[in-house]
Amino acid sequence: MAKILNVYHLEKSYSSGSKNLKVLQDINFEVEEQKTFAIVGPSGSGKTTLLGLCAGLDSPDSGSITLCGSELSNLDEDERALLRNKHIGFVFQDFQLLSTLTALENVAVPLELQGDKKALKIGKELLEKVGLGDRIHHYPSQLSGGEQQRVALARAFSTKPSILFADEPTGNLDAETGEKVEELLFDLNRESGTTLIIVTHDIELANKTQHILRLKGGKIVENREKQVQ
Amino acid sequence: MSKTKNSKPGLKWLFKMAWRDGKSSGNKLILFIASIVLGISAVVSIQSFGVTLKDNISSESKALMGADFKIDSDDPPNERVLQIMDSLGGPKASEIKFASMAAFPQNKATKLMQVRGIKGGFPFYGELETEPKNAATSYQNQGSALVDATVMLQLGIQTGDSIKIGKVTLPIAGALKSVPGSTAIFSSVAPPVLIPYRFIEESGLVQTGSRIDYEFYFTADANTDLEKLDENLDPILDSEEADLDTHTSTSERLGRRYENFGKFLNLVAFIALLLGCVGIASAIHIYIKEKLRAVAVLKCLGASKRQTFLIYLIQVAFMGFIGGILGTALGLLLQQLFPYLLEGLLPVDVQLTFSVQVIVMGILLGILMSVLFALYPLIGTLYVSPLQALRVIKENSTKSRKAVIFVSIAIFLFIFLFSLWLLEDWKYSLAFVGGILATFSILAGIAYLFMRTIRKYFPHNWGFVARQSLQNLFRPQNQTLTLVLAIGVGTFLISTLYFSKDLLLAQASLESETDSPNIILLDVQSNQREDLAKTINTYDLPVLSDIPIVTMRVQSIAGKSVAEIRKDSTSQVNGWVLNHEFRTTYRDSLIASETLESGTWTSQAKDLNPVPVSISENFAEDAKVKVGDQLVFNIQGVLQDAVVGSIRKVDWSRMQLNFSLVFPKGLLEKAPQFHVLTTKVPGDEKSAVLQQELVEKYPNVSIIDLRQILNVIETLLGKISWIINFMAFFSIMIGIIVLLGAIRTSKYQRIKESVLLRTLGAKGRQIININALEYLYLGVLGGLSGVALSFISSQLLAWLVFESPFVPSLIPIFIIFPGIVLLVLVIGLSNSLSVINKPPLEVLRKEVT
Repeated sequence: MAKILNVYHLEKSYSSGSKNLKVLQDINFEVEEQKTFAIVGPSGSGKTTLLGLCAGLDSPDSGSITLCGSELSNLDEDERALLRNKHIGFVFQDFQLLSTLTALENVAVPLELQGDKKALKIGKELLEKVGLGDRIHHYPSQLSGGEQQRVALARAFSTKPSILFADEPTGNLDAETGEKVEELLFDLNRESGTTLIIVTHDIELANKTQHILRLKGGKIVENREKQVQ
Repeated sequence: MSKTKNSKPGLKWLFKMAWRDGKSSGNKLILFIASIVLGISAVVSIQSFGVTLKDNISSESKALMGADFKIDSDDPPNERVLQIMDSLGGPKASEIKFASMAAFPQNKATKLMQVRGIKGGFPFYGELETEPKNAATSYQNQGSALVDATVMLQLGIQTGDSIKIGKVTLPIAGALKSVPGSTAIFSSVAPPVLIPYRFIEESGLVQTGSRIDYEFYFTADANTDLEKLDENLDPILDSEEADLDTHTSTSERLGRRYENFGKFLNLVAFIALLLGCVGIASAIHIYIKEKLRAVAVLKCLGASKRQTFLIYLIQVAFMGFIGGILGTALGLLLQQLFPYLLEGLLPVDVQLTFSVQVIVMGILLGILMSVLFALYPLIGTLYVSPLQALRVIKENSTKSRKAVIFVSIAIFLFIFLFSLWLLEDWKYSLAFVGGILATFSILAGIAYLFMRTIRKYFPHNWGFVARQSLQNLFRPQNQTLTLVLAIGVGTFLISTLYFSKDLLLAQASLESETDSPNIILLDVQSNQREDLAKTINTYDLPVLSDIPIVTMRVQSIAGKSVAEIRKDSTSQVNGWVLNHEFRTTYRDSLIASETLESGTWTSQAKDLNPVPVSISENFAEDAKVKVGDQLVFNIQGVLQDAVVGSIRKVDWSRMQLNFSLVFPKGLLEKAPQFHVLTTKVPGDEKSAVLQQELVEKYPNVSIIDLRQILNVIETLLGKISWIINFMAFFSIMIGIIVLLGAIRTSKYQRIKESVLLRTLGAKGRQIININALEYLYLGVLGGLSGVALSFISSQLLAWLVFESPFVPSLIPIFIIFPGIVLLVLVIGLSNSLSVINKPPLEVLRKEVT
């Protein structure tokens, strides 16, 4: 299968006061289209930084990232934003819904950014699909954590992205709700044939993916293909 | 992966997003809207009233003159002027006007009045408002007088009583409420009395040396080009020492007088608006800070930085539009108060109208100011990393240096252009912008120095609460600079308004406190001098000065006759020098209001020919002469050669007799002359009795009671100070909003820290004390800096502009300063109360999420 994401010799460091902190060192991996992929590791191992770099939210110090056929370092900020809008979906740990927009408006935003005139109609269908057909006009503050994450999932899949990045998608939810959200995430993913990259602490969640990449101290310590359970 | 449907979302989507986001954030923008509304309403109310007043003056220009045009002269018109008047169809009405003492025999009162002898149907436009109404027409036939209504009220005079003017006594037909073209306050020194023209001669008051105006009123057909008439006739009349005024030129001149007053008020309003702008910037700063996470999410979802920037820019512009509309509406409502605040000061009964130009200006100003002053916080959205959506990273506050410089230049350019529009003088505008820049820089410098000093000399041995509150002033994320700027600028502007008012009042009341004369007797004939002085002495009063006055005209300047100069189109000599009948004096020394600028003062003329004359600076400038230049004067038919012996600087603002031309002693003693005597009378009663006797014995002598003039000036300034207070109220309201904004900016930071302290075991009282002390330091520092700065700037104003000593009012120091400190404390502490009254976790959840 074709590769949707190629990461070569990636390095990233942050300066903390006078010190230079190396967060990622010589990271190399590839992700095939339509695969599910988990990045795991302890706190501070560089998981979220890696996700941010792969999604074009930040720039590496060195190395290259090719996403959906585009070398990210060749793109400026607005071109990367366009790439994200066209090909990438996001699910965040703390949902990151726009608090001043209703559930429906939140789901419609990525489609509207593409100029899709049916944005609201598609958004409504997606919200019905995630079981929130009766809450479409509610604001995030009027929804529970699980409901907010379901809206976020609907938003993430609204543009039928080629790849979806999920940062601790169940990290802010209780076990029962988390499980339901996981189920929904994988169902939607299967249905749309999207590549899924999940950053998580949760080994159980990671084990549901086809590939696990383990980081420790900013380096890859494990990179293995596995069978979906 | 089919991605064919994408076309970039257009402006419509940006508006949609701006609306979606804005509709649920509206309450967070109340401070923003309030700042615009108050700022705009201050400007609109003043602007609108100014335009309305100008329009009213212009539309009532005929009623202001009472005719279409008039010809006036200081002397009876000569043959040439009479010919011109005949060629215009002859005057429809004539008037002789002069100031004279009037006596009211029934109640033994006297008063300096402006006697106006009228013949013909004046006024042709507008009307004489009298009580009873028919007196306006009947006084001519009945041979009676119309006396100023206020004078009648003050002196308890009734219709039917009589008035004695010079040698003539007339019955009073009624009270005169208004005459076209005169304002109550400006005519209160010598209020008008109208009598039929035919009694003027009989009064015996038209004598040599008396200052008399001869006015001839004309009406014109609707199609007469008055401008052309003025252009053609005025130069000819000028050379005959007469003058032509059309109703339009008169109203334009009057309009300009009020325009200057309006300019001052505009500037005050502009200061209120600028404070509003600080409020805008502060409110948007809070708003955008809360939106940065949403901006990061939008960027994650694929929005470009331009799109996210525009979403919030549209919101700001829309809010500016709403604020502009509300501010304009409030301003238009507020202008309704102005005619009451300025009662008696205005030349016309103002019919308030709504000027489309002002309405458009108000709304555009709302949008422009909002966008401009929101730009600085808004450019922050351009530099938000989408990574912020993924996790909390340290806010990237690095804005592009270029963008910041661009915004700063745009703001100062706007302030400059707007003040230029108001003041119409680029130097003043530049000084205004420079002053604002200097104020901000000094306040920022004070805040910076204060932080550095505390850090350097930190009192480590102080208690926990005192140390904690002091540390709050210089640690990261401190609010010292923001609050010192907000409090300092607000206090500075409000105190300066008060100090300026003090300066104006001090200027006027200065003379009343010194040992200078308070009664001036004009038009005393030479043969009356000794008797009059004796009369004054019988009241145990001194004659403080006896100033001889000789009237004369300029005959030639530097060898060129006045007629030649008039014909010379290249001549720079000002017309008044050529046409004016000068009242000159002779003495052997300078007086207190004069200083010698150049040349030598000559005290005795002896046999000098040409005689050295001392001229005032303005005469030298307007006549284009310097020391040593030759002049010839026409002293009532006798030509006198003179040379400019010295040039004097004269302080014309002093309430005493000042002269453009002063001759040495020993030359004019035998010329026809009259005298001005002065005395100082303690108490109103004695003054009234003396004036009464003087009027009875010497009806031609005019008495000016300086205390009355001071009263008039005080009333005038009282009215102006009403307007200043009105504007100060705006500034205070906006200042409170700015303060609220500035304190709210750091609210979340403070709450987080206070909660942390609570969690670690700090008592509620300790937290309150820490916050109270911090706000107390900031209030005192900002307030004191503001008052000190305004004191310095007012002192500079006193030296450079008013040239008078500055005795500051205590209000800024004892009322405004403590008031502001208290306000800072109250607003600051109200932020902490939520921390004290609730469990820490609840506060954190509620306030920080």
